[in-house]
Formats: sequence, C-alpha cells, structure tokens
Amino acid sequence: MECNKEPMLNIVKHRYLYFFISLVVILPGIAALLFWGLPTGIDFTGGSLLEIKFESALPSSENVLEILTEFGFPDAKIQTAGDDKLIIRTKTMSEGAEASILAEIESRFKTNVVLDRFESVGPSIGKEVAQRAAGAVGLAALGILAYITYAFRGVDHAFRYGAAAIMAMLHDVILVLGVESILGHFLGWEADALFLTALLTVIGFSVHDSIVVFDRIRENERLHRQLDYETLVNHSIVQTLDRSINTQLTVMLTLLTLVLFGGNTIRHFVIILLIGVFSGTYSSIFNAAPILVVWENKEWKTWFKRTPV
Amino acid sequence: MKSNQRWIIPILILLALSIYINLPNHPGIHLGNFHKEIKTQLGLDLVGGVQALLEADLPEDAEISQENLQTARGIIEDRVNGLGVSEAVVQIAGDRRILVELPGQQDPDQALSTIKETALLEFVDFGDLSVQEASILYNTKIKTDYQTSAVEDPSTSSPNEPVFHTVITGASIKQVGVTTDAIGNPLVIFEMTPEGSIIFSEFTAANIGSMLAIVLDKEVISTPRIEDAITGGQGSISGNFTIESANDLAIQLRYGSLPIPLKVVQTQTIGPTLGEDSLNKSLIAGIIGMVVVMVFMALYYRLPGLVADLALLMYALVTFAVYRWIPVTLTLPGIAGFILTLGVAVDANVLIFERMKEELRRGRTIQQAISLGWERAWPSIRDSNLSTLITSAILYWFGSTFGASIVKGFSLTLAIGVLVSLFTAVTATRVFLHLLLDKIKAEDRPELFGV
Repeated sequence: MECNKEPMLNIVKHRYLYFFISLVVILPGIAALLFWGLPTGIDFTGGSLLEIKFESALPSSENVLEILTEFGFPDAKIQTAGDDKLIIRTKTMSEGAEASILAEIESRFKTNVVLDRFESVGPSIGKEVAQRAAGAVGLAALGILAYITYAFRGVDHAFRYGAAAIMAMLHDVILVLGVESILGHFLGWEADALFLTALLTVIGFSVHDSIVVFDRIRENERLHRQLDYETLVNHSIVQTLDRSINTQLTVMLTLLTLVLFGGNTIRHFVIILLIGVFSGTYSSIFNAAPILVVWENKEWKTWFKRTPV
Repeated sequence: MKSNQRWIIPILILLALSIYINLPNHPGIHLGNFHKEIKTQLGLDLVGGVQALLEADLPEDAEISQENLQTARGIIEDRVNGLGVSEAVVQIAGDRRILVELPGQQDPDQALSTIKETALLEFVDFGDLSVQEASILYNTKIKTDYQTSAVEDPSTSSPNEPVFHTVITGASIKQVGVTTDAIGNPLVIFEMTPEGSIIFSEFTAANIGSMLAIVLDKEVISTPRIEDAITGGQGSISGNFTIESANDLAIQLRYGSLPIPLKVVQTQTIGPTLGEDSLNKSLIAGIIGMVVVMVFMALYYRLPGLVADLALLMYALVTFAVYRWIPVTLTLPGIAGFILTLGVAVDANVLIFERMKEELRRGRTIQQAISLGWERAWPSIRDSNLSTLITSAILYWFGSTFGASIVKGFSLTLAIGVLVSLFTAVTATRVFLHLLLDKIKAEDRPELFGV
C-alpha cells in the first residue's frame, strides 16, 4: 500500500484544534457584527455619494458640512480620500441638488472642483437590493448543496458532503462579514454591491476547494475499501495539500497584484476577496473534510460527556 | 496519440479566430446579410459617464406589461440618442425597471431631464407644400426651428433638409380629450391656453388653404389643411385613428409619450479622469498578475508548467475574443473577475500536474502518467467548476434584476472564464504536452516534470 509511504501529516487527528482556531478567528467578527452591525453602503440603504476632486487644497470638513447643512443635509458624512478628494455621503438627494452644492462649494472656497463620482440610490430600492442579496446567497447555497449531493451520489451519505461544504462556506461568509464589520468600524468601509460580489465569489471558491478534497475522498473510498474513514479522509487531505497550497498561492499572487496596482476603487473589494479566498482554502482543508469525520463518528454524542474524544 | 492530433486543427482555428477578433481597430465582420461590429466595450466605471436606473412609478403590486416597458425603453433610447452620446445603453432590468447608461456623458441633470422629458408636440407651418408633398412627410421625422434642450447629433443632420417653422408647442395646450366626429371617426380634441389661442388664430387666419403639420417628438402624425381660421382656442386632430390610438395620443400629450410613468431611483456619475485612471491601473495589474502566475508555474512544474503557460496565453486570447464577440461590457470588477479566473484556469492545470507527479512517483511511464493525471483530475475539475458556474448564474440573475451592471459584468466574466479555461487548461494543455513529448525524448528526463 503506497499510502503508508506518504508522509503522514495528521490533520484529521487534531480536528478540534483547527475547529478551535476557526472559532477564535471568527468570534471577534461575530462580536463586531453584534455590537456594530454591518456598515452598509448606499447600494443597500439608499442615499447619495459625491466624490469631489479639488484643484486647490482641501477645505476643512466643518466648512463643507456647513454648506451641506444649508442644503438640508446636516447628517452628511464627509471623508477625505487621497490628498485632493472629499467623499460625501448623505441621504438621497433630489435631482439637481448635487449641482447646486458643487456650485456653492466652488464659490465659497474660490476653487474649481470636479465631480469624479456621483451616486444616488432611492431608499426603497436599497432595501429591495439588500433583501434580494440575502436571497441570492441562500439560493447559491441551496444550488451548491443540491449539486454536490448529486455529484457524490455514488458515495455513502452524499448529502453530508454537500452539508459539510456549506458549513465550511458559512465559516467563510461569517468571517468575511465579521472582517467587514470590524474594518467598517475602524476604517469607515461600507458594504456595497462590490462587497456582495466579493462575498459571492468567496462562496464559489470555498466550495470549489471543498469539492477538490471531497473528490479525493470519493476516489479513495472506491480504491481503499479496507481503510477506516478517518484515515481515508486524512489521506485525501494530505494528497490534495500540494494542489491546495499551489492554487492558493497563484490566486493570492494575482489578488496581491490587484491590491498593489489595481487602484483605489477596487482595493476594498480585492482585500475582502483575499481574506475570503484564504479562509476558503483553510476551511475546506481544516473544517469541511474533518466535519465529515465528526459526522461519521457521530462525535457530538460524546461532546458533553466526561470521556475524552 | 490519435485523439490528441485530432484536436490540433480545432485549436489552431480557435487561436486564429481569436487573434483575428482581437485585432485592434477591427472593421467588423460583414458577410452577406451578416454584420457584426467588433470592439471592446468598456463600462462606465472605466470611461466615465452617467448611469440611471428608472422604475415604474406605480404601486408595487401593479401589473406592468412587458410591452409597455419595451415601448418606454424604445422612447428613452430615442431621447438619449439626441444627447449625442455614442454607445448609449438602454436596457430593461427586471420587470419594472429600465437601466440607462450614457458613457462619456458628464452632466447627470441634463441626462435625467432628457430622459424624463414629456413628448414634444408642435404645430408646424408646412407653408406652401401641396397635399401630396405633405403626405409624403406623414409619419417621418422632420426638422423644425423649435430647439429642444437636447444637443443635435451632427452625424444625422444633413444641411439640405428643410427646417420648418413651429407655430406653437404642446406648452400652449391646456386640455386634451378624445371624441368622435360626425361619421364616427375618433378625434383628439384640445383646448389652448389664452396666449396660445391668440397666436394660433392669427396664424390660421393668415394661412387659410395652407398645410399644417402636427408633429410629435419631431415625427409628423397628422397633416391637416387649414380650412378656416381657428379662433377660440379649440381644435382637433384627425388622422387615421382608432379609439385606442386616439387615446394613446391624448395620453402622450397629457403625460408625455412614455406609456408608463417612470421615476429615477438610482443615478451614478463617474468622471472621465477617474475612469481612465482605473482602466490603466487594472490593465497593469492584469499584466503583472498574469506574468507572476506564469513564472510560478514554470518554476514549479517545469516543462508542463511552460505548457500550462502557453495554454494560459491562449486562455487570455480566447477569453478576450469572447468578450469582444458577445460583447461583454468590461467593468473594473469584470477585469478583476478575469484576473481571478486566471487563477481558476491555472488550478485545473495544478490539479492535473499534481496527479501526474503522483503517478510518476509510483513508477509509471511519462505517457501513462499524463493519461492518468488527466483522467483522475477530471472529476474534481468538473465538479468544482460546475459549482462556480452555479454561483455565477445566480449572481447574473441578481445583477440583471437590479440593473447592477457591475455584478452582472463580474458574473459573466467569471462564467466565461470557467468555460474557456475548461477547454484551454484541460484539452489544449494535454494536446500541447503530447506534441512536445513527441519531439523530445522525455522518457528518461523526469526532471523536466519536477520529479
């Protein structure tokens, strides 16, 4: 049996350690979500966003807020971006309001400005987008669950594979949401349509990775009927480890070039992808496959007893 | 290996086609009745412009017919074309929304007022045109001296076209209704404002016997002869109306020509410099990302790695050609999606090569290892890519419902990437590798495979 010759890295044996690591990483994010919530952008809440480039030095935020207050936006949030830009977020503006505000800013600060970006989303559509987005994530999960159950129909308990992949995926979704919440609190990031795109991509990649490991289990189960399940799963993880690391490396490298050279507009998007894709690989190796073992042994029966696992 | 040789011709044809489609300044394809323009469509976030999402201004449970939505879309398209914006996009998004994209347009307010303008009704002096001459112009677009806010599109105006004088416009109309004449033909009747009725009665009194044209959005819809001076500010429009078409016209005159009222629920304006900056940066990022991945593959997997690099170049060529052919509007996230799919494409090769190495370590010959590598890696490549396709399909649906072209573009590039990579990374790599193996005696040089 050649499997005895493989270096036996035992990942499955320490599964509870890896579950614990996941928990430790995820918990701060969950806490942040509970305390601060997910900072959602105007795509989901409705509102207006102006990105204004100044030809001269930036005026102070207070002075700009003064103008916005005159136009009926005392709650406007003003951020600087780079050394020549202001990003202003307000509740939804009526048509033409942005032009009057720009004109007022130009005359008050005696400078020329360029409106680099102006977005305005009605409050009702924002709410609908948020609802449908949650629906889209749920639908994606169901579709994937159904597909995996189908694709693994030849193995015992095919449904478990789908369910384990979804659990690992939820791990990544919660991690990404938590990170967004923390970064939102400290850096003022907001979840927008791009964030949603990143989240859905993370889901895709997470499942992609889980399937690669599961596929090996599927194959090994046919080849080595005599092996016990735990050894089989561990063996499969180890066999796919080279691939997991290499693919992870190439995706990380491409994402890193995007962070470094891709410009400001998508940096937020790419950083979320980077975190999510990394988490996706981790969860498929250290969570998804070990969950199968936990399930096979029905270990939860002993979780709350005094006998060690 | 027969099966591999069989693939050489299709691969070469695909490559040649892709290179042809990717030629810069492509003249387009014109074969008989088949015409296709080929160019890279850049999204608003890359070229700058205005995007607006319009929603039917009706209660949420109101049924909105696709036909009305289509008509509204067509009318808006006509109007934005008047802005002189090339490549304006007007699309139906979901069942109650219309998405308008105006690349290059910088003034959101001008764009919105053009989109939302009501139908322009004009009473136009046809002067001494004969009945026949006037009837030729029936149902055609004409030029008048009444200028709308829209900028004229110079490409469609010819200097020889006559410009007619507008007597009064819809602004002078107070009330509109529908009735039938003595023999039962439907008529659209209207009442003018006091100022309008003075101008109109003076004009008709001075031009009895001449032709008058009633023009809606510059299109002649009726060419009556002035039989008598029309005083008192009351008039009627007769034409070949049915009750329905008379009603439609009355509604257009009252509320504008859109069959359903629309409100703007979302706008987005991107300045041109921001767009250009993003484009350059993402291009650089894409090139660097690709080079880094290629270097990694060549260093780690040696000969097969180089072959995978070749397949990756082919992947980039084919994908870009598909983008230009469909065409897929490239947005920033779309480019990010493309760069990400480079990783997906490489993953298929990584899966295969890792299996190949395993088989080589078990003492198989290189030919055997290659066959087994492909055979054994295939189920995992198939299943993982199919799950990505499921995700991108759901994303695409989500994006189209909301006119979120960013999400839509991303999911489309992701899906195309997955499909193309299945061919280039799985089939083309295998063919290239076998071709190479026939040329060099690799059997006794496993170091070429990193083993």
